[in-house]
Amino acid sequence: MRLFRRNPDPMGPLDYSRRLWLRAFVAVTLFFLYAPIIGLMAFSFNDSRRNVVWRGFTTDYYVKLWNNDSLMMAFANSLTIAVMTTIVSTILGALTAYVLWRYRFPGKAVYEGGMALPIVIPEICMGVAMMVFFARIGWPAGLPWPINLGSITIAHIAFAFPFAAIVIRARLESFNRELSECARDLGASEYRVFRDIVVPHMRPGLIAGALLAFTLSLDDFVITFFTAGPDTVTFPVKIYSMVRFSVTPEVNAASTVLILVTLVVTTIALWIQNRNNMIGKSAH
Amino acid sequence: MENWKNSARAFWASMLPPTFWLVAFFIIPLSIIWLYSFSSKTGIIETTLDWNLTHYARALEPVYLGIFWKSIWMAAATTAICLVVAFPVAIAIVFAKPTMRMWLLLLVILPFWTNLLIRTYALIAVLRTNGFINNGLDWLVTHADWLLSFVGLGNNMLIGPYQPMALLYNNTAVIFGLVYVHLPFMVLPLYAALDRLDRTYLEASLDLGAGHFRTFFLIVVPLALPGIASGVIITFIPAMGSYLTPDLLGGTDSYMIANVIASQFKQANNWPFGAALSFLLMYATFFALALRAVLMRKEGRGDRR
Repeated sequence: MRLFRRNPDPMGPLDYSRRLWLRAFVAVTLFFLYAPIIGLMAFSFNDSRRNVVWRGFTTDYYVKLWNNDSLMMAFANSLTIAVMTTIVSTILGALTAYVLWRYRFPGKAVYEGGMALPIVIPEICMGVAMMVFFARIGWPAGLPWPINLGSITIAHIAFAFPFAAIVIRARLESFNRELSECARDLGASEYRVFRDIVVPHMRPGLIAGALLAFTLSLDDFVITFFTAGPDTVTFPVKIYSMVRFSVTPEVNAASTVLILVTLVVTTIALWIQNRNNMIGKSAH
Repeated sequence: MENWKNSARAFWASMLPPTFWLVAFFIIPLSIIWLYSFSSKTGIIETTLDWNLTHYARALEPVYLGIFWKSIWMAAATTAICLVVAFPVAIAIVFAKPTMRMWLLLLVILPFWTNLLIRTYALIAVLRTNGFINNGLDWLVTHADWLLSFVGLGNNMLIGPYQPMALLYNNTAVIFGLVYVHLPFMVLPLYAALDRLDRTYLEASLDLGAGHFRTFFLIVVPLALPGIASGVIITFIPAMGSYLTPDLLGGTDSYMIANVIASQFKQANNWPFGAALSFLLMYATFFALALRAVLMRKEGRGDRR
């Protein structure tokens, strides 16, 4: 193993990363972080209902998931909400980022602070606020699918778009303002400049922001829990009710599916961001 | 940056949609519960706004003060444990080779991207009576007993049949869960602070004969203090407001403030009181954030190089 191989160079005083105790400490910490999740995923393939001892490999519980209508419905709800949230959050996030990046206006600091509020306030406060809000305005219940997911989607957009705005704004920092001035001098309209010059530069940020909004929406439990009605159960809310009930391999299987979806989306997002940083660096 | 008046139409066109969303679906909901916190409950769901402070006064009753105190205490314990665990990890990352550093950072951040609910559920499987820890210890005890039987001390004469420990549904489980969930919050700011550190100071200290511990406490800690403070606050805020971890891992006496808020809105159906508690939690959060902003500004001034 590379981790413990002897390095031929003498150890310098600041070579902390080569000290065995520190390596062992990091290894134990990472074990602490990962062992429960990996154990959970492994036991979703365990051929035993009691979920305690390993009894052999099976994919039965995934088949059961597939045949569990209420769970699949919850999954479909979650994906629908996440897709709608992603589309709206990316647009709103892009506009926010553009305004904050391009303009100077009175009260800008307050505006920026307001946009950061959904990120910083405790989830529980936002959850109960959303619950009371939809109860007060008399949001109709029992609408046909997928319109009945509207309230959850609205709440998700409200907390997801400020995150998207941050990611997109970071991307805009590398934009050369002279380009848009040039385009305007050459007679392009405001809208044209935005569409043909700014948005193409924003694109990697847009993708990263969209993927972030997607995972935030898909993963959210607390805010959804307070906005969801009996017929608008999402995947995490469904998992929660299963967890409250008992620890079973089905829950493990459902969790594994959610982990894998998030992991894939996040990997793509990180990969895109990383690639952009590389391109950005080599361009300068 | 240009003045908004230069292209007022484009400014309004791009500013209005997000502003509308923020105001309509965030500021207004919060304002509604803010108003609720000053209202009186007149029926099962009816309330009238009469600007009274009884709900805030009720929040100061010993029961609720106790829960506030408990939330602060649990969050503080979580933060302290996170700090002790995260510091060596941050040091290891900072002094690692660049490629290794990237991987370690990724490994620390990755659990962030796993659903909070699922991570908490994973801990249930670890801690419960039939969980990994109890079963692992049971296995160890059984096998130790089997080994002892070779020297005639078997059959539980020396070490007993293993009694599973009650690891779940108590405060320790909640703190364990909070540490598990919030550790990355602490590692990242510490990493950022240590990364900015001028290493020549450390070399100088070591050259001049100070040991590693002395260098750590007299050089590293003071220089990284703003980063440490930032990490402490960033970990403390979400820990204090956690809902899911105490809900799933805690027992009946592990209620934290978020659980009380939730129960006021769901089971107890006392929205005005729940609203008052939410706002107290929010004020506490804002206070912590303001503190962090002040500390960061201080660092910005001291960082002139």
